[in-house]
Amino acid sequence: MTSVREWIDSGRHAVSERWHDAPRWMRWAVIAAVIVFFYALPNREFYQWLGPIPTTGSNFGQVLFTISIYVLLAVGLNIVVGFAGLLDLGYFGFFAVGAYTVAVLTSPSSDLKTLWPWLLALPLALVLTMVSGVMLGTPTLRLRGDYLAIVTLGFAEMIRVAATSSEFLKGQRGFNQIPHPPGSYSDGKPIFGVLDPRPYYWLVLTLIILVVLGVRNLNRSRVGRAWISIREDEDAAQLMGVPTFKFKLWAFASGAFIGGLAGALFAGKQNFVSSQNLELLNSIIILAAVILGGSGNIVGAIVGGGLVAYMIERFRGIEFFGIELYEYRFMFFGLVLVIMMIFRPQGLIPNRRRAAEFKDRRKEVTVGG
Amino acid sequence: MGETAQKPTVPEQAGAPAVESTSAGREPLLEVDHVTLRFGGVVALNDVDFTLYKGEILGLIGPNGAGKTTCFNAMTGIYQPSEGEIRFRGERITGKKKHHITKMGMARTFQNIRLFPEMTALENIQVGADAHHKTSVLSALFRLPRHQREERDGLEKAQRLLDFVGIPHRMHDAARNLSYGEQRRLEIARALATDPVLLCLDEPAAGFNPAEKEELLQLIRKIRDQGVTVLLIEHDMRLVMGVTDRIVVLEFGKKIAEGLPAEVREDHRVIAAYLGVPDDDVA
Repeated sequence: MTSVREWIDSGRHAVSERWHDAPRWMRWAVIAAVIVFFYALPNREFYQWLGPIPTTGSNFGQVLFTISIYVLLAVGLNIVVGFAGLLDLGYFGFFAVGAYTVAVLTSPSSDLKTLWPWLLALPLALVLTMVSGVMLGTPTLRLRGDYLAIVTLGFAEMIRVAATSSEFLKGQRGFNQIPHPPGSYSDGKPIFGVLDPRPYYWLVLTLIILVVLGVRNLNRSRVGRAWISIREDEDAAQLMGVPTFKFKLWAFASGAFIGGLAGALFAGKQNFVSSQNLELLNSIIILAAVILGGSGNIVGAIVGGGLVAYMIERFRGIEFFGIELYEYRFMFFGLVLVIMMIFRPQGLIPNRRRAAEFKDRRKEVTVGG
Repeated sequence: MGETAQKPTVPEQAGAPAVESTSAGREPLLEVDHVTLRFGGVVALNDVDFTLYKGEILGLIGPNGAGKTTCFNAMTGIYQPSEGEIRFRGERITGKKKHHITKMGMARTFQNIRLFPEMTALENIQVGADAHHKTSVLSALFRLPRHQREERDGLEKAQRLLDFVGIPHRMHDAARNLSYGEQRRLEIARALATDPVLLCLDEPAAGFNPAEKEELLQLIRKIRDQGVTVLLIEHDMRLVMGVTDRIVVLEFGKKIAEGLPAEVREDHRVIAAYLGVPDDDVA
């Protein structure tokens, strides 16, 4: 067993060494290839060659859309949990704020009857989720550890209960006929229709790339260092001049922004938002995805979010001795998590040291001084 | 890297002052003004009163549990004095935010090392350097010129400070992988990165062998010669005697002596506190 693990570890090590030693253009080429692969993925002409990877029980494009939403959420939660080390058990609450803001402003079943187009409601949804992040954070971010976890858990439940029981938020009946994002092909057909899920997936994929670029910039700046120093030792960070409260609020607000974006996209695709979308389980799944992938690492969060969502969807429509495996999906999911925590508690792609970023500089320094 | 780059960036004022034996006419930097600190019924600091002057190395000594670290914590804003006040550069710091006190020019190290273990040595120092940076979330997000400039400055400063404390080869290693002595040095470098006027070292030589202590003495003198005032908590009498200009002695939360090292060494109350003497011998 140990030897197998050593073998895997050394293999992984060799891969990461090779990756960091590779010239810059080669790394960009690999990244570009991966991106092209994922853009091509929902096309039948492409995925039919991928053997058992495409889901059998449901439309693969639809599954990819769901996965992409989870990836976006994992990237957002990774800022809060992975970088700043704030255990947020109610992250899905921000998704709800985003989705519901869009629903209330655009849907004809809303009491407001504003009937805004989706694109107009989007910025307001993002601002509102950020505000809700700051509102939740201002009183609660003075708490630490377990206490913060409980309060955030309460926040998500509050939103769910409000959505279920408030007349204004329509409970389980929900909001329907939420408009799609704008845009049409040259023949007048809308790009974002009901039948083809692929454009939505491509839209989310594009936004993931933009969000990841932004998060990466933040991570490699004063802001990212402040977050990580808070995670590592909050008191020491404060004494080294980090305004910890301010940066914890920013972590919450940035995470909320991304969660709200995911919610608004979901509402625009799904047409329909109701309190049934808001299970506590969703918050847990996203947290599990971040931890599985490797808390504190952006690529880890992407891989974690993708894998978890894919695992859940992959079971759909598979029968095994007459048992519908989809019914047991969370059992398998739990099993995988337990195994992970035993053999690789730091996650699949853990928070790697950023040494490589400075590699070129290291040579300069050893030569010069 | 050029010659000038070897110096750490510290405030230019007061460059390497000749230390006088008297404090008269010198500029007070930190005034601990009759500070009492109570935790419930326990009196951790009892009417402690001393002044630290610009450019000196002041030793704060005393037996275990005398209140040295408590005094440090009161100065850096972790505890609020129950009575009395602390003034830094003439400004009252009681009730100020901790990061604000750091910005005013006070930096410290910890008795039990508190680095950011998963960050590299370089990043640890960069966090210190960020204390004076103003990059906002927006300018970091879009890599605006301010971000670029501050990032470059912080990186250069961090590299200079790694050289200054003598661990440039550990630049890219996670702090937790550094040796004990290197971690102590890294903590000093991180504190220096905040451009302090006053550097407070809490038992920096704990666990060092004589050779390492000697190196540390050199380093502390070098820091003072850059114009930084140093407050040193230390257990090791020889180290304290060798490097400090003046010494304040605490016992059971009270100041029992203050003066030049030679005077303090001869003070019978200090000897009593450190070695213990029969009650009837104490005057």
